[in-house]
Amino acid sequence: MSEDIYRELILDHYRHPSNFGHLKAPTGKYRDSNSNCGDVIEMEVLVKDGRIADVMFTGVGCAVCIASASLLTEEVKGKRVEEVLKMDEGDVLRLLGLETITPERGKCAMLPLKVLKISLMQGQKQA
Amino acid sequence: MQRIRRDFPILSRLENGKRLVYLDSAATSQRPVQVINAVKRFYEQMNSNVHRGLYEMSEEATQAYENARSNIASFVGAKPEELVFTRNATEALNLVAYSWGRANVKEGDVIVTTEMEHHSNFLPWKLLAAEKKAKLEVVKITNEGLLDDGSLEEKLKLGPKIVAITHASNVLGTINDAKAIARKARDAGAICVLDGAQSVPHMSVNVKEIGCDFMAFSGHKMLGPMGIGGLYGRYELLESMPPFLTGGEMIKEVHIGEVNWNDVPYKFEAGTPNVEGAIGLSEAVNYLRSLGMDWVRSHEKELTAYALSLMVKKSSVHVYGPLDVGKRGGVISFNIDGVHAHDVAQILDTEGITIRSGHHCAMPIMDRYGIPAAARASFYIYNDKDDVEALIQGIEKVKRVFMIERRHIQGAYTRSL
Repeated sequence: MSEDIYRELILDHYRHPSNFGHLKAPTGKYRDSNSNCGDVIEMEVLVKDGRIADVMFTGVGCAVCIASASLLTEEVKGKRVEEVLKMDEGDVLRLLGLETITPERGKCAMLPLKVLKISLMQGQKQA
Repeated sequence: MQRIRRDFPILSRLENGKRLVYLDSAATSQRPVQVINAVKRFYEQMNSNVHRGLYEMSEEATQAYENARSNIASFVGAKPEELVFTRNATEALNLVAYSWGRANVKEGDVIVTTEMEHHSNFLPWKLLAAEKKAKLEVVKITNEGLLDDGSLEEKLKLGPKIVAITHASNVLGTINDAKAIARKARDAGAICVLDGAQSVPHMSVNVKEIGCDFMAFSGHKMLGPMGIGGLYGRYELLESMPPFLTGGEMIKEVHIGEVNWNDVPYKFEAGTPNVEGAIGLSEAVNYLRSLGMDWVRSHEKELTAYALSLMVKKSSVHVYGPLDVGKRGGVISFNIDGVHAHDVAQILDTEGITIRSGHHCAMPIMDRYGIPAAARASFYIYNDKDDVEALIQGIEKVKRVFMIERRHIQGAYTRSL
């Protein structure tokens, strides 16, 4: 794999992630890590009328992981929950501006979406 | 050096179109053609099961397997019957915890291990302690990455049953004074279990001189095949222990009402063993002997000193473990300010430089230093100064890609949750 993934979009979101922090009263919250590398992401969501009214994340991770979380939170704000639950690896790669990713780095890229989906499902359970 | 490198066919492959700079021998070493051929020879000329057939070929295989045992045992200063073949050091350590541990540890007993252990010398004891309601006490390490002597003395005063400790750390590189620790453990009434996975491949190790009761090691980290490793156990202890796995090979007689276990070490080798692995590992031992373990150690010391001298000059690079090469092996874990270890590894790979990144199966050490992960370069007999220089240039490339010099915000990208 080439260093192509270290393009400006990913590096910018890594250095200055969007929606980094905590929500005052999230309706759903979940945290998970990648067992092999120690990347950790926590997502907090506020769902109103079936839509994501707000979302924030915190975490520690590599450039791909943090950029993925940052871009994802930008993307899903205002979207319907069921729409987001349908998102897959292709959507994440599109957000990152990548065509492919190696399996190991794929885990870094996909962790935020996985955590986001579970936080949304938890929010649904409570509602 | 060129002569050694020529023995390793894999070193001529390209990595991302560049010369392969293999700096991950602490994860697994490469194998010389001599080892590969020994395995090939076994399959082409004598493949048959051992300790079973009465035909010539099976006798040859049994002979080769037992010769391998003697050869490998003598390499670590043990008698052949004191060497149990296992899959790797992990299995060897689990064997001790499961067999000796379950038979001897009781409620309220103390098991001592350290903060610098690989998970394989930590989790078996943690599970054993939980099962037996024993106490697991963890010896601290200093900021420099050395064992904290005061903490060790304190734990030994508790009168432990077991002192389980690594001989050389797979993250910090620290080499512990195994002989002194084994003596202290004995004086405290404990058995000493040594994890030799990172020491046996890299220096002269003699279990009798050290005086430990058990020592585990892995073949694949010392030029041998994967799936073969060893457990040295003091004969009386092995004799007294119940079996680990049960099945074929490990019995003398089995009747519905009564079972006689086989003699040591076969009692612990249930099922068809990894004969090819043992033969390959024996050839690996021959290869290391021909170089001389003192040469291996001094070669790695030289490379490590060279690498450390270049790395500590860089203000944005943080190296973990002792800087004195007399106290450490050829393993260098490091981080670059503001860059996750994963990204370091991936950018180095674009230059053909293969290192490990992550928690190195030693999360307590990561906690100790408050880092999520680290990059790790490790050296072996086939590495040279060119490899070290490639690593240093690779680190410069990482800094360029991440524009570290311009921004230089220390630790800005590791955030607490």
